[in-house]
Amino acid sequence: MTATSDTTPSRVLSAPLQVAFDYTRSTGLVLGAFMTGLRERRILAARTSDGRVVVPPVEYDPVTHAAVSADDLVEVGATGTVVTWTWVSEPVPGQPLDEPFAFALVTLDGATAPMLHAVKADGPQSLQTGMQVSAVWSDQPQGHITDIQYFEPTGEARGGSPAAASAGSPDAPEGVTQVITPVELDYIYEASPEESAFFRAIAEGRLVGQRCPKCQKVYIPPRGACPVDGVPTAEEVELPDSGIVTTFCIVNVPFLGQKIKPPYVSAYILLEGADIAFLHLILGIPADEVRMGMKVRAVWKPREEWGTTVENISHFEPTGEPDADYESYRAHL
Amino acid sequence: MRDVAVVGFAQRQMSHFDGSPTMVELLVPLFAELWEQTGWSKDDIGFWCSGSSDYLAGRSFSFVSAVDAIGTLPPVNESHVEMDAAWALYEAWVKIQTGEVDAALVYGFGKSSAGLLRRVLALQLDPYVLTPLWPDTVSIAALQARLGLEAGRWSEEDLAAVVAGSRSAATANPYALLSGETSVDKLLAEPMFSDPLRKHDCAPVTDGAAAIVIAAGDRARSVCERPAWITGYEHRTDGQNLSLRDLSRAPSVAGAASRLDLAGVDVAELHAPFSHQELLLREELGLDDSVSVNPSGGPLAGNPMFSAGLIRIGEAARRIQDGTAGKVLAHATSGPALQQNLLCVMSGTSTGGGN
Repeated sequence: MTATSDTTPSRVLSAPLQVAFDYTRSTGLVLGAFMTGLRERRILAARTSDGRVVVPPVEYDPVTHAAVSADDLVEVGATGTVVTWTWVSEPVPGQPLDEPFAFALVTLDGATAPMLHAVKADGPQSLQTGMQVSAVWSDQPQGHITDIQYFEPTGEARGGSPAAASAGSPDAPEGVTQVITPVELDYIYEASPEESAFFRAIAEGRLVGQRCPKCQKVYIPPRGACPVDGVPTAEEVELPDSGIVTTFCIVNVPFLGQKIKPPYVSAYILLEGADIAFLHLILGIPADEVRMGMKVRAVWKPREEWGTTVENISHFEPTGEPDADYESYRAHL
Repeated sequence: MRDVAVVGFAQRQMSHFDGSPTMVELLVPLFAELWEQTGWSKDDIGFWCSGSSDYLAGRSFSFVSAVDAIGTLPPVNESHVEMDAAWALYEAWVKIQTGEVDAALVYGFGKSSAGLLRRVLALQLDPYVLTPLWPDTVSIAALQARLGLEAGRWSEEDLAAVVAGSRSAATANPYALLSGETSVDKLLAEPMFSDPLRKHDCAPVTDGAAAIVIAAGDRARSVCERPAWITGYEHRTDGQNLSLRDLSRAPSVAGAASRLDLAGVDVAELHAPFSHQELLLREELGLDDSVSVNPSGGPLAGNPMFSAGLIRIGEAARRIQDGTAGKVLAHATSGPALQQNLLCVMSGTSTGGGN
């Protein structure tokens, strides 16, 4: 993340942050059969030892805890009865409908336990506990819970009827064994006041750390509290843009999003006057000549490219001065 | 069992915390408040435990960064739960019971305002058949509320009365976000948000943190005139499958309560983030009208994620410490629609279990 200035003045810097990941999950046999059923526009339920018929099917019996067999699933109807409902007046991203809709617990015909899903309706006045609803299927079912797009009051249901394909037919595709669920979460990430001071300074080409009032150690970037003493760090300390390499590694492995051609060096750099090293790049020297104790200086990007980010420093490069003694930095390893 | 008591409590609640999601800046002054209350320093604490969530923070290992607030040289004995810190306090209580340590500090923190809270919480649901539909926490609570309404177990007026009671009680709570006198009629005139719930039936999105110090026997007596002795501590969970739960009930609450002696409880602080859940909890706990419920205003006045349950314990303990109650009950919840529940009974007199 890079911190960028907010539009309104604030004691801290903030930036939008999106955390996104496609969760790929193996279904196992029972949910695999359920998902395969959905792909064929059929809804499969589990029969539990206490006589309940449960959709989506459970993998283990709620009473005996014995594994449920995928072979014992039973098909239930794609219509059912609303047990309880709520009107979602302000839908959030990812929900089945992006206009106001209902979430409901629906007991499908042939089932005895309800499933949670969406119901599309004109408004809360169109909803009632006990009403009949029917599944509206996706045009191209994939083997995912969202193959049921939503339910609609019965009589209005559209969409495909159960597909003709049945297990065992020569061109039936393989059963579903995994589901992919994309998750995207949006945050406004705020830096701490101390981090904000650091980023505001680096936007002016200055490196600002903070000193612990108790142990006198200087932290850069500043952290808000001394991790040794647990007291707030208040005194600002400006540091030079030169220091030494304490330890480093040579990156040989290519990875997604890599900006520099391997091999290159990622190093812990201890600025003069600082008590904690931070990670940055070492360039301007063959990777195999980088040494512990080597003296380095920051190479800044052109000023017009600066922002509130550590990327204002393109990398560090050797100063050519003699290496520092091991004893002078061993405490920082 | 060793006698263990709450001897220190500090909290912060706000609608928006303008600082980092690790909340180190908020935890440092909280801990300082506890050192002032107890006269102790971090060196007197044998065990640390926190409750928080990376999904709320939007960054990984946020609880590790939060440890900066402790000061960890020499290294400390530390643990974390991805639950409300009321469960972290349970872990600390067990730790003291083992005899390994005599005092513990427990904290919870959460910056709910960093993301869209009711959406983020959909990630606590079944990842195959529920999370892909993004059922938000308010919707799930509303499904539960309607079950009780239509079964005649509570009415819309009952829900509004809970809210009005919370707002009124919260006027005495300096940390409350929502407080003031209102009326059932005024509340019922508000529009629906997630029918049958109105916005005021839902706890406000709250940033905050809280911390509690507990200690055993004479250690507790040495720093607190009237320690709140923990005389019972139980937690249970209902299944995570919403299809198999009777959402209108919370059997895990009744199950935990069945192992506790609740007779003579003067005050109960209940972690009910939705108005109908206070009524549901009262039923499951069998509390009658002689019990003062949520004198702090409860979660409807402020509900910082991952510390609101711990705050219930702190608020209840405070009534013992200031002498206004002899026996109190605190409840905490995690998960959708009261899935996981914890009960902590505290008393002005110890059980005599020893140090």
